[in-house]
Amino acid sequence: MKEYKVKVEVKLKPVVLDPQGKSVLSALRNLGFGEVEDARIGKLIELTIKDGDAGNVEERVTEMCRKLLSNPVIENFDVKVEEKNV
Amino acid sequence: MYRFAVIVFPGSNCDHDCYHAVKHVLGEGCEFVWHEEGDLSGFDAVIVPGGFSYGDYLRTGSIASLSPVMKAVADFASRGGPVIGICNGFQILVEAGLLPGALIRNSSLRFVCKWVDIRVERNDTPFTCNLEVGDVLRIPVAHGEGIYFTTVAGL
Repeated sequence: MKEYKVKVEVKLKPVVLDPQGKSVLSALRNLGFGEVEDARIGKLIELTIKDGDAGNVEERVTEMCRKLLSNPVIENFDVKVEEKNV
Repeated sequence: MYRFAVIVFPGSNCDHDCYHAVKHVLGEGCEFVWHEEGDLSGFDAVIVPGGFSYGDYLRTGSIASLSPVMKAVADFASRGGPVIGICNGFQILVEAGLLPGALIRNSSLRFVCKWVDIRVERNDTPFTCNLEVGDVLRIPVAHGEGIYFTTVAGL
């Protein structure tokens, strides 16, 4: 049986203000990391999926992103599928 | 007597305020409807109350927007039924796609909890028809994700 580890990266679109990122940026600079130009915060969602083929898994996870994992109004997502034999 | 439905999710905490306002202030009929219910027939208006449905997990309102009852709310709205979302209820209606746009985190880096003045822009809605355009209402707000984001067309 095949098992897939899927990483879903959800990020705010570049045009959307990211107050969390801004506050982390200023805290990093306060710590002396003045070289940091920008910081933006997203989410990493890891899914473990059994059965299916890789193409189908990617398609299904993309559907999950559209329906729940991301909000297409303000966020972009990226899906990476890793196959594991178990 | 009108019948109002107040939708209740895990984490709703202003549901009893809504019930009190409808039942004891307006003197109309009011019932709580649990989020697993799928039927809103017999109701004249739906209130989606505030709170922290599903702990604000993933995105504010996102999990609640997929509850079985939200399908019934969408059907109710598509038949012209009045639906009002207050606070987290508004966030849920936005996540459900019943209203345009999205909400993002406050730019002030704070949880905002204060009284604000809001101006009536339209009085041709069921919720503002007893008000005059330009009236100013003093309303309490409490939110961590209070920036409304939408396209110009969405406004």
